Amino acid sequence: MSTQSSRFAARLMVAPSVIVLFIWMIVPLGLTIFFSFRLYRLISPERTGWVGFNNYIWFLNSPDFWLAISNTLLLVGGVLAITVVFGVLIALLIDQPVWGQGPLRILVISPFFVMPPVAASIWENLFMHPQNGMLASAAQGLGMQPILFLENYPMASIIFIVSWEWLPFATLILLTALQSMSSEQMEAAEMDGASSLSRFRYLVLPHLTRSITVVVLIQTIFLLGIFGEIYTTTQGGPGSASTTLPYMIYKQAVIAKDIGRAAAGGIIAVILANIVAFFLMRSMGKFLDA
Amino acid sequence: MARAVPLRSKIGYTAAAWAVALLIFFPVLWTILTSFKTEVSAVASPPQLFTADWTLENYAEVWQRSDYPRFFWNSVILSVGSTLLGLVIAIPAAWSMAFVSGRNTKDLLMWMLSTKMMPAAAVLIPMYLIFQRTGLFDSHIGLVLALMLMNLPIIVWMLYTYFKEIPAEILEAARMDGASLKNEILYVLTPMAVPGIASTMLLNIILAWNEAFWTITLTTTKAAPLSAFIASFSAPQGLFYAKLSAASTMAILPILVLGWFSQKQLVRGLTFGAVK
Repeated sequence: MSTQSSRFAARLMVAPSVIVLFIWMIVPLGLTIFFSFRLYRLISPERTGWVGFNNYIWFLNSPDFWLAISNTLLLVGGVLAITVVFGVLIALLIDQPVWGQGPLRILVISPFFVMPPVAASIWENLFMHPQNGMLASAAQGLGMQPILFLENYPMASIIFIVSWEWLPFATLILLTALQSMSSEQMEAAEMDGASSLSRFRYLVLPHLTRSITVVVLIQTIFLLGIFGEIYTTTQGGPGSASTTLPYMIYKQAVIAKDIGRAAAGGIIAVILANIVAFFLMRSMGKFLDA
Repeated sequence: MARAVPLRSKIGYTAAAWAVALLIFFPVLWTILTSFKTEVSAVASPPQLFTADWTLENYAEVWQRSDYPRFFWNSVILSVGSTLLGLVIAIPAAWSMAFVSGRNTKDLLMWMLSTKMMPAAAVLIPMYLIFQRTGLFDSHIGLVLALMLMNLPIIVWMLYTYFKEIPAEILEAARMDGASLKNEILYVLTPMAVPGIASTMLLNIILAWNEAFWTITLTTTKAAPLSAFIASFSAPQGLFYAKLSAASTMAILPILVLGWFSQKQLVRGLTFGAVK
């Protein structure tokens, strides 16, 4: 069905999506590149001019930069590891013959509907607060000192909160995949005396590979931009202990009011995101035609 | 798996699964319960699951202190508006990608998805300036456009995977009978694609409802949705737990209920067609 006219019509129909997305991408990107070579501080707007690569040099030499990179990778990697491992385990559990699978799914999916600022504020105040939080009460009940989660373990706490938000997504995709497995195969393996561990290793896990890839791809897209959870809880602190790359750029722009340096950071982030995207898309591309 | 299982192991699995599910759900439940407590019992130690002095006062006070209906309607307008506009633009694109796929369809899809990887914070200032200059700042149209563009790659991708499952022979038959391209999409494809479109719509309404970067940075009052409403309630320091919980419940409950009712379609949509 690839007549000349239908090909032309097809192009015409894709065009609006491509054009608006291209504008949405290129205009802010172009402006950001422009600012990244300029002296542009909101505190002294009268001083302007070209500064070459100075903004980039400042950003790359900032002691916070490598910390921000490693925090970003820690956040993405940590959340991916937690959600995939626990997602598989919980999906396996719910896939067993249990009563009330419908209500179970509803309970498990709920955190996915909670908007990031609310999720962060619930955990920060109702649970992790050192005086009034439930975890502090629990610690006191056990005769221990309350743990200062966000003060002493800011990255671990943020990874925990974000994992709670994304665990439902991973669990439900993996559960859907498990439920499409043929039970004959499992029963045959069982009759042949395969242990449950080797059944998991050689039957279940290969079956899940594809959905795990989807989980990793989609979550990475959203996790690279995590902002609200940090803004609500630690504001990147204490010090810069929980500053990620997006948050460091935000601090440069909004707190230090240095648009030039923030723009340079933005371009660095875009380059890094594209490197990650390239590898992810290549591994994901395989699943598109199938 | 329909296998005969001993009753005892079924009881064991059920208990374990419910324990895990309740643990995951607990923070949401605790927030809802706290919203009905007085401020004093909200911070009682040890924490109480239920209190005798439950009250609706927190809701009344949050309602009085802020213009909740405006925030709520803004959320509805922005999430539904951006999703519908996105569908209008994405349906033809996904259709042609699925049925007249060329050599670079795959690259095009990948490119679209990769635009989502650009960190929003990186382009905050340019976006802010553009919105200020064009009068889109704090306007419904501006935010609808921004949210639509944010989710457009996901909408196209999801529709593409659904459309691909529709057998092309049916479309060819319609064409043989003389259906025009417009009629083909409107009367043949769309009805068959309704479940997929519905799933896409639901997921994107939820994503737009929960978006909390552009909706906070590009609005002040007129177009500010519930994410901005909740941001104004943060930093409570101690004695505002019950009110914070009430405000949180008011911000998440509409979408939570929608999600619960549409959970089946939603999960199908979430898998991006990669899990059958």
